[in-house]
Amino acid sequence: MKSKNLYKYILGIADNSLILGQRMGELCGHGPSLETDIACTNISLDLFGQVRSYYQYAAKIAGDNRTEDDIAMLRKEREYVNVLLVEQPNTNFAYTMARQFLFDAYHLLFLQELEKSNDLTLSAIATKSIKEASYHQRFSSDWIKRLGDGTEESHQKMQEAINGLWTYTDELFHQTEADKAMVEQGVGVDVTKLKEVYYKQVGQILEGATLEIPESKWFQKGGKQGIHTEHLGYLLSDLQYMQRTYPNMSW
Amino acid sequence: MGTKNWPLWEVFVRSKNGLEHRHCGSLHATDAEMALENARDVYTRRNEGVSIWVVESKNITASNPDNNGELFEPAQDKVYRHPTFYDLPDEVKHM
Amino acid sequence: MSEEQIKNLEAQFEARIARDEKIEPKDWMPEKYRKTHIRQMSQHAHSEVVGMLPEGNWITRAPSLRRKVALLAKIQDEAGHGLYLYSACETLGVSRDELYDQLHSGKAKYSSIFNYPTITWADMGAIGWLVDGAAIINQVPLCNTSYGPYARAMIRVCKEESFHQRQGYEIMIKLAQGTPEQKEMAQDALNRWWWPSLMMLGPTDDVSVHTAQSMKWKLKRKSNDDLRQQFIDQTVPQAELIGLTIPDSDLKWNEEKGSYDFGEIDWDEFWQVVKGHGPCNKERMNARVSAWEEGEWVRDAAMAYAEKQKERKEKQAV
Repeated sequence: MKSKNLYKYILGIADNSLILGQRMGELCGHGPSLETDIACTNISLDLFGQVRSYYQYAAKIAGDNRTEDDIAMLRKEREYVNVLLVEQPNTNFAYTMARQFLFDAYHLLFLQELEKSNDLTLSAIATKSIKEASYHQRFSSDWIKRLGDGTEESHQKMQEAINGLWTYTDELFHQTEADKAMVEQGVGVDVTKLKEVYYKQVGQILEGATLEIPESKWFQKGGKQGIHTEHLGYLLSDLQYMQRTYPNMSW
Repeated sequence: MGTKNWPLWEVFVRSKNGLEHRHCGSLHATDAEMALENARDVYTRRNEGVSIWVVESKNITASNPDNNGELFEPAQDKVYRHPTFYDLPDEVKHM
Repeated sequence: MSEEQIKNLEAQFEARIARDEKIEPKDWMPEKYRKTHIRQMSQHAHSEVVGMLPEGNWITRAPSLRRKVALLAKIQDEAGHGLYLYSACETLGVSRDELYDQLHSGKAKYSSIFNYPTITWADMGAIGWLVDGAAIINQVPLCNTSYGPYARAMIRVCKEESFHQRQGYEIMIKLAQGTPEQKEMAQDALNRWWWPSLMMLGPTDDVSVHTAQSMKWKLKRKSNDDLRQQFIDQTVPQAELIGLTIPDSDLKWNEEKGSYDFGEIDWDEFWQVVKGHGPCNKERMNARVSAWEEGEWVRDAAMAYAEKQKERKEKQAV
């Protein structure tokens, strides 16, 4: 393999979009209105589009004849390195939008830095994805405001979702060994530097939505090391079902 | 709280600069921002637009088809508003 | 209005349609025209929306990323088409919420085909190829129907659906050319979806109730039996091309009439499903009802927020 760290680094980015795209895809046909169904599907499609570009690049780096689908669907659970946040389930629409919002705020900051990467492929994927992520952020922030400052019931549900997901936000800013190596080479993004801006931006939106910023300082971690919440296994059993049941076939 | 329906909006899309906005359909949204976002997702999924207008349907005043006679028929016999009304010699090619 | 005046208006109205003029929402129309259109357009819209469910089953399990995005985009289109058609209905003065009520209470019908289960990946191929194929045959003539908003919605729908059938047929090609296991999966899906697809084109002409009036209003351009024949004639060669067998031992080419003869359709099964006793009628309705009910607090919240924002703006302006 040309660069083990680069490969791992790409997976770290791509897995987030894959798992979140999969979660958003689950909702198609079950949302609160046709209009929101169409919007959520668009987000899912954007994320899968990004995923394919990343995995195609990763496959090239790996150079072992694996395809984008092999990488997406044929790893073991412990080999997925997405953050815990994105694998959390669609408990209700408040959770779905809160998860999206907490990820989008990070994602956009991250992509804006990745665009400056000296790896031209990553930089190009970032440039394209920034536009998508900006729209996602606008969409999810709007829903945070609507639900936070909507009715009493929606306020309570949104606050619950934010409280429930808050514990997964800190992990976004943890550096892995691959991260560090890639930052050193001018390829990767130093996520530790995004943390302050992130919490400031997120805090502003939450306040604007009359929501409280959770005070808890207890955070979960492990996704980036492949130690996931129990939810991921079920998600993967769907994602991998066909590839596992019918190995080595083309579709 | 009693459920209130999301109001209906009419959507107009400019397919490219230089062309007018054209009515392409309607959708439901709670406010103008949401109507724009929904219009983007519903009516420009295939690159159909560069600009969107939305207007709440109830704000549109439409002419009554019962009055079509008095509104539109008087224009039918004003043929002198069209170039073909005027006789020119064949030698004049472009005018 | 006197009865005679109404008769007179009706005669003028029918003459307009016969001249191929379009009817627009604010034009005078017979009550029956309005009701028939609401019924047909809303049934059509409901079918799009309920139709998202059987395919939605496979979004999370699609075998490749390429197939996953194509399927997602297709199902998203169905939501869009439902939306266009509900909007067309709304031009006749009935709200989407009322139409949903009719669907959820079981008063309104939707295409029965969506009450069959999608149990293997090949069903995504069969639905795209056969179900969308049959739908297109029904829909293309509607682009020219007499009611303007319906015709315009159908033009959009048909334009967007052009990739749907290809998407399905491509899935089938790939399976048919694949391993024996894949080929078997494709054949099994064809076996299960063939007859329901034929039923989808409606009861035979001798028992079909609405046909004559619908023909006049251009809600229908060809009879159910003609549509079914057209569907069979175009689909059989497509199956042969990829080495799949149509599950009908009576199917054979009739040189004289230039089309295929085919076997008896099980109309008992058709009526069973139409009357609500198909394999998935309950599941489909439960899914729609719970999506709607669970979404209520979301829709209410968005409305409440918009009203608050409006008030705030008005206060600021003072």
